[in-house]
Amino acid sequence: MRHIISINEVSTEEIDDILDRASAIEEGAYDPDLLNGKILANLFFEPSTRTQMSFVSAMFRLGGKVINLGSIEASSIAKGETLADTIRVVSGYADAIVLRHPKEGAARLASEFSDVPVINAGDGAGQHPSQTLLDLFTIRQSFPLNGINVGFLGDLRYGRTAHSLATALSRYGVIIHTITPPGLELPPSLTHDLLDTGTKIVVHEHLEDIIADLDVLYVTRIQRERFPDPGAYASVASGYRVTPEMLADVSDRFILMHPLPRVDEIDPQVDSMPCARYFEQARNGVPIRMAMLQKVLV
Amino acid sequence: MKRKPEEGLLISPIRNGTVIDHIDGGEGLSVLRILGITGRTTEELSVATNVGSRQMGKKDIVKIENRELLKEEVDRISLIAPKASINIIREYQVKEKIGVEIPSEVIGVIKCPNPGCISNANEPIQSSFACQKRGYRCRYCDTLITRDIAAYII
Repeated sequence: MRHIISINEVSTEEIDDILDRASAIEEGAYDPDLLNGKILANLFFEPSTRTQMSFVSAMFRLGGKVINLGSIEASSIAKGETLADTIRVVSGYADAIVLRHPKEGAARLASEFSDVPVINAGDGAGQHPSQTLLDLFTIRQSFPLNGINVGFLGDLRYGRTAHSLATALSRYGVIIHTITPPGLELPPSLTHDLLDTGTKIVVHEHLEDIIADLDVLYVTRIQRERFPDPGAYASVASGYRVTPEMLADVSDRFILMHPLPRVDEIDPQVDSMPCARYFEQARNGVPIRMAMLQKVLV
Repeated sequence: MKRKPEEGLLISPIRNGTVIDHIDGGEGLSVLRILGITGRTTEELSVATNVGSRQMGKKDIVKIENRELLKEEVDRISLIAPKASINIIREYQVKEKIGVEIPSEVIGVIKCPNPGCISNANEPIQSSFACQKRGYRCRYCDTLITRDIAAYII
């Protein structure tokens, strides 16, 4: 039984396999009845738009069915049921479980109590492997992953998508460039882990110092709640907002990514520029999640 | 005339029990904590702290009367005193010497410092940490404890 809990546990060969499958799926090479008769349980303990809907869409496209947790208030969780018990029960109702939960490590716990494969769809500030895979897929649609220059802009301290992507990219010999407000740098433990893999990390104060050399800029949201007052947030966030002017000197193959939802980080005028890939990135959630469902259910 | 104290340690030998030697200087009380020995326990204890050691400079020694440590207790000690040596004493004789081994996994011993970790929620699991080069990593949330591990002992 194959769980997908953390990108760290997915081998590079498996990552490449999932990306290859997603490429084929995107070109229409899949069996729409492959998962006929299979049921996926979507357990979302936190709000989600893209992840939840794209897993449902992925399951439907492969001929499977989806059951949902529904509202937390109307479930046994509101009566104090443990996650472990919920998982034990639900694993009797479905052939696989997709879990999003506010606690870090929730998906690992679920995998210990489930009789069916568990896919982590985000656990607090922890892992979100399907997001990482669709991010890698989006980059690979433009150019191979090996040896590229990837910039990370915004909150790298708390941004889980950036952590997972940086970790995954470290397998492909990329050079990582960081541009962050003070206090929101990469956590030291992650920096050590990346350096241990031989990954080169370059810290920049300003985006304009490096933008012309980047192949990818991955923008993350700076969260208001990380700042003591709205004024402090506004003054920092405005300095990390991507505008068309800031992208004037980018290379021809440069792409701009964002895990969404965005708030103020990218000027809407950027949306129509050829480098803007964040909506395609969100769309890529379906073929990637179809590939993941194939992997765990077939 | 008063008798001069003999050279060496001024704590008496024990008849039966455990002597934990070569604890890093100052960590003796943490070793007691990790074994669940507090001021309210009934064990007869001798603790020597920061005594001279040729090997270590300063070391602590703990003697526990009438208690033989179990293997899992010995492994717990490795978290804070990896150089410790454990002697099981019966009738004043060293009957067994146990070296401390750093386990690859530490279960139910350390509390994860991340309040958002599922291991700190009301779930039927024990905390679990993998021993790595730079410290102890939580199995559930990946938090890495690199220092002051005694502060996280459950």
